[in-house]
Amino acid sequence: MAETATATAKRTVKFIITRRETPDSAPYTEEFDIPYRPNMNVISALMEIQRNPVKADGTKTTPVVWESNCLEEVCGACSMVINGKPRQACSALIDNLEQPIRVAPMTTFPVVRDLVINRERMFNALKRVKAWIPIDGTYDLGPGPRMAESKRQWAYELSKCMTCGVCLEACPNVNDRSSFIGPAPISQVRLFNAHPTGEMNAHERLEALMTDGGIEGCGNSQNCVRSCPKGIPLTTSIAAINKDTTKHMFKRWLGM
Amino acid sequence: MSGNSFLPRKIHSLLGVIPLGLFFIEHALTNYSAFEGGQEGFKDSVEFLHSLPLIFFLELFLIWLPILFHGVYGLYLAFTSNLNVGRFNYGRNWAFALQRISGVFTFIFVIWHVWQTRVQVALGNTTNEEIGQHMHDIVTQPGFFILYFVAVIAATFHFANGLWAFLVSWGITIGPRAQKVSSRICMGIFVIVAVLFILSLFAFRGDEFASASAAIGSLSSAVLG
Ligand code: HEM
Ligand code: SF4
Ligand code: FES
Repeated sequence: MAETATATAKRTVKFIITRRETPDSAPYTEEFDIPYRPNMNVISALMEIQRNPVKADGTKTTPVVWESNCLEEVCGACSMVINGKPRQACSALIDNLEQPIRVAPMTTFPVVRDLVINRERMFNALKRVKAWIPIDGTYDLGPGPRMAESKRQWAYELSKCMTCGVCLEACPNVNDRSSFIGPAPISQVRLFNAHPTGEMNAHERLEALMTDGGIEGCGNSQNCVRSCPKGIPLTTSIAAINKDTTKHMFKRWLGM
Repeated sequence: MSGNSFLPRKIHSLLGVIPLGLFFIEHALTNYSAFEGGQEGFKDSVEFLHSLPLIFFLELFLIWLPILFHGVYGLYLAFTSNLNVGRFNYGRNWAFALQRISGVFTFIFVIWHVWQTRVQVALGNTTNEEIGQHMHDIVTQPGFFILYFVAVIAATFHFANGLWAFLVSWGITIGPRAQKVSSRICMGIFVIVAVLFILSLFAFRGDEFASASAAIGSLSSAVLG
């Protein structure tokens, strides 16, 4: 960004950050003016606040707490609401954001402090739907069946999920009045049921989604598919699993 | 809701189309006969319906019980949804929000509408033969006309968009292309059925449906056009 580089270090970026001290305390906002650097993202701005925790009005404050790991949009740890949309802070480039930049935690999840949330329910959901391939035996089970290349290609897209939680934050049916498991684990059921070895336990995953808070919680707002940073075809997965669970329901009735 | 909500949700979805959706289409066509065939056409349609055998059980099992289950469970579903079109201003999210708003509105309207028509027949305040004039007296009042106008649009949207959602909920339309095509078709159904209802509302306003005894009603309709 040659034109921005010449616009000297005097330039600042305005941030309005929603914070809170403890999980139960009331949220509040604080404003920051952060010196602009070319190519900075929301994480590097938060690092700047960590180095120099001074608010826009010049008074000192505590550093804003956040989580991040990979810094390349593959771990999902830095997910937060930036200018109203849930997304990863590490891939949110300042140059592409409208100012003031409003940053808030994804409140669909329990907030631990400031921007740190507890995404445990994502991982519990994966356990609940058995999102793995059981290969353990008391003897060597040998190699499993091969997966067709055409299937592998679309299944690979589903495997990109990083359990970031953005799709749950976007979903109007994931809230404290509903027990809906959310879009991501439904798509994972499709992924593991597509696997030739995983398919052998397909019914267990479908049945997990046919209990309370399972796939029936989807109301087709389709916000998930528009929000997923990995471009995962969540609504296609949901409709495909709708078909599979419906078939499974009839098969069970008929005793097949 | 505790226990297994998969089955109730499936039943809710099915009842929305069969029988409620079919009844809804039938209702639109019967009313439309007022536009196409006037006083006589409408009377014939109503008479045909009431000549069906076991009409009490047909009404009970194809209308009352399904709408009670679908409506009450629908209210529960609407209550467990957030509306977030402000943050996620997308077409399908609007349809999601409107599905809930139109559902709640339809619930209230249906209670009122049944009270104003079916219950009045049951109470003997009007008869199946006079229901056309009865409707005339209702929809020539501007307030009721607006209520009915909005309600038929809301209910028709709820039905048409519900049909779209039904196709997804049962895994019939899976990919984005299938869902786009079905959404065009369902919106086409929305327009057609809404027009049928609106035309019949205007037909009921016409002088033809004014009864001789309700001279005041026809006078006001003449003034209001
Ligand atoms: C009486 C008041 C009613 C209420 C409160 C109500 C409520 C709802 C709600 C909240 C949904 C959304 C469910 C979801 O997407 O998760 C829904 C779906 C639906 N409704 Fe209704 N509804 C009512 C009446 C009707 C009537 C009269 C019809 C038929 C014309 C109808 C047809 C449908 C259909 C076809 C669906 C889609 C089912 C699906 O998503 O699979 N509803 N209703
Ligand atoms: S499906 Fe997409 S939005 Fe949802 S958790 Fe996985 S990566 Fe995040
Ligand atoms: S730090 Fe891993 S996704 Fe942002």
